[in-house]
Amino acid sequence: MANVISDETIEYVGILAKLELSKEEKEEAKKDMGRMLDYIDMLNELDTSGVEPMSHVFAMNNVFREDVVTNGDDRDNMLKNAPECKDGAYKVPKTVE
Amino acid sequence: MSLLELTAVELGKKIKAGETTAIEAAKESLEQIKKYEDTIHAYVTVNQEGVLKQAKKVQRQIEDGTLTGPLAGVPMAVKDNMCTRDMLTTCSSRILYNFIPTYTAEAVVNLEKAGAVILGKTNMDEFAMGSTTETSAYGVTRNPWNTDHVPGGSSGGSCAAVAANECFYALGSDTGGSIRQPSSFCGVTGIKPTYGTVSRYGLIAYGSSLDQIGPVAKDVTDCAVILEAIASYDKKDSTSIPRNDCDFTSALTDDVRGMRIGIPRDYLGEGLDKEVKDAILQAAKVLEEKGATVEEFDLSLVEYAIPAYYVIASAEASSNLSRFDGVKYGLRAKEYEGLHNMYKKSRSEGFGPEVKRRIMLGSFVLSSGYYDAYYLKALRTKALIKKAFDKAFETYDVILGPAAPSTAPKLGESLSDPLKMYLGDIYTISVNLAGLPGMTVPCKKDSKGLPIGLQLIGDCFQEKKIIRAGYAFEQSRNYEGSKFIWQGRESR
Repeated sequence: MANVISDETIEYVGILAKLELSKEEKEEAKKDMGRMLDYIDMLNELDTSGVEPMSHVFAMNNVFREDVVTNGDDRDNMLKNAPECKDGAYKVPKTVE
Repeated sequence: MSLLELTAVELGKKIKAGETTAIEAAKESLEQIKKYEDTIHAYVTVNQEGVLKQAKKVQRQIEDGTLTGPLAGVPMAVKDNMCTRDMLTTCSSRILYNFIPTYTAEAVVNLEKAGAVILGKTNMDEFAMGSTTETSAYGVTRNPWNTDHVPGGSSGGSCAAVAANECFYALGSDTGGSIRQPSSFCGVTGIKPTYGTVSRYGLIAYGSSLDQIGPVAKDVTDCAVILEAIASYDKKDSTSIPRNDCDFTSALTDDVRGMRIGIPRDYLGEGLDKEVKDAILQAAKVLEEKGATVEEFDLSLVEYAIPAYYVIASAEASSNLSRFDGVKYGLRAKEYEGLHNMYKKSRSEGFGPEVKRRIMLGSFVLSSGYYDAYYLKALRTKALIKKAFDKAFETYDVILGPAAPSTAPKLGESLSDPLKMYLGDIYTISVNLAGLPGMTVPCKKDSKGLPIGLQLIGDCFQEKKIIRAGYAFEQSRNYEGSKFIWQGRESR
């Protein structure tokens, strides 16, 4: 395997991905990601110098609209899906002491 | 003959003529679901209470002349990654185990306006990540043609439900082949439209630059009619494209004289099952005999589409799925210490292994230091792949090939080796990268009795060409092994 993923990398990616992996999952992820990257490295066979990265297949610009509210107030219905809510707002654990 | 054997359009005609009703059709569909769900498990949610109510309402509107379209009163199913107001929408993930949307996806709204009766929500790979429908948090779906085999994925529930007559048609979504590959495995017809043709509003995003909603149905006519109904310009989707050429049914002409069809040599090489190859070439012969010119050519870059896709799709997924954090909807972990830990715990408990794998890979390729080497490299590769297709479509009207390298694998054979599973997407994935329309039409069954699908690919906005080719092929598909009458149907 050409790509060896270190414990630090997996730790760091876990922070970016907001995932808490068990010890076994981390070992598995290291192997998985190494194998995937080995495979993805195949792209280096291609000469892409001078090629613009294509994020969208059609020439598109940002689509703007007037900043006017068109949908109704659906707050209470939306809050029904929240694991916890209070006084018409989402409730989360305390973040500021 | 049972109503269930009819296509969507045939049923629509009978309802319109007063020979049957939307209510009768809904009742028969529910009975079929009851009879086969234990073995097939195509649905995550069956809309038991709502179906008959909706059918009665639609029937009234048909009788009073409000609803006149070809799909009025026809019962159908929706893939569980499309939001349906007041109806559970799980994306086949534990993290959305209790999510009841407050609005309906635009494509589904368009069908409701056409008089659709929604039977329920179909099973899929979790967040559409997978090729077998085995990564669903709610159990696997089985292939109606042989229940030891997978239905394909990620729209496996939609395709299995259509194949087993548990609905008359369904909506699927296709990010890397998720309509075309399971259609191939289940012996049904499915279209992935040009990117931007069907609004993605209300489709729970996986890879936003690749995702498209499309029809899964019993034949090409149904697919064209359904696509005509769901295609619309939608201001709520900033990638939606205004089109005035959505009269797809005008292409149902059974005439391919003069059509130039190209078969990529790169699609017929190593890794392709011999029976699939023979079936595809036999189908090409049918079109040739009807007046199309068929030749092989070199498309190039085919093998690079898979690594480019997994970089781009995973990158987009890692960003799109950051919204699942246990705050606004879905699962929140029971035990945690503080806000950040609550996010992490909820996500780790809520997502399955394949979803985690792709979020991790996506986070990695977007991280500083790797962004250029992986993400931008993949986007540059995408530009080259698009160029290769542009060149091919200078010469050909339609590209023809297989939808998958083999027929449906057995349950449990694919997940142990993700890389091998990803390789199964080789013929479908580049179509999404290039934003093209693609369609699967069943063409033959292999020696095990499993369906083989023919894939037809068109240039951007050229759905009509693939519909024309698909329809013409379907009209002349009458050689040995090309009848797709499901045994479960006959046993009724």
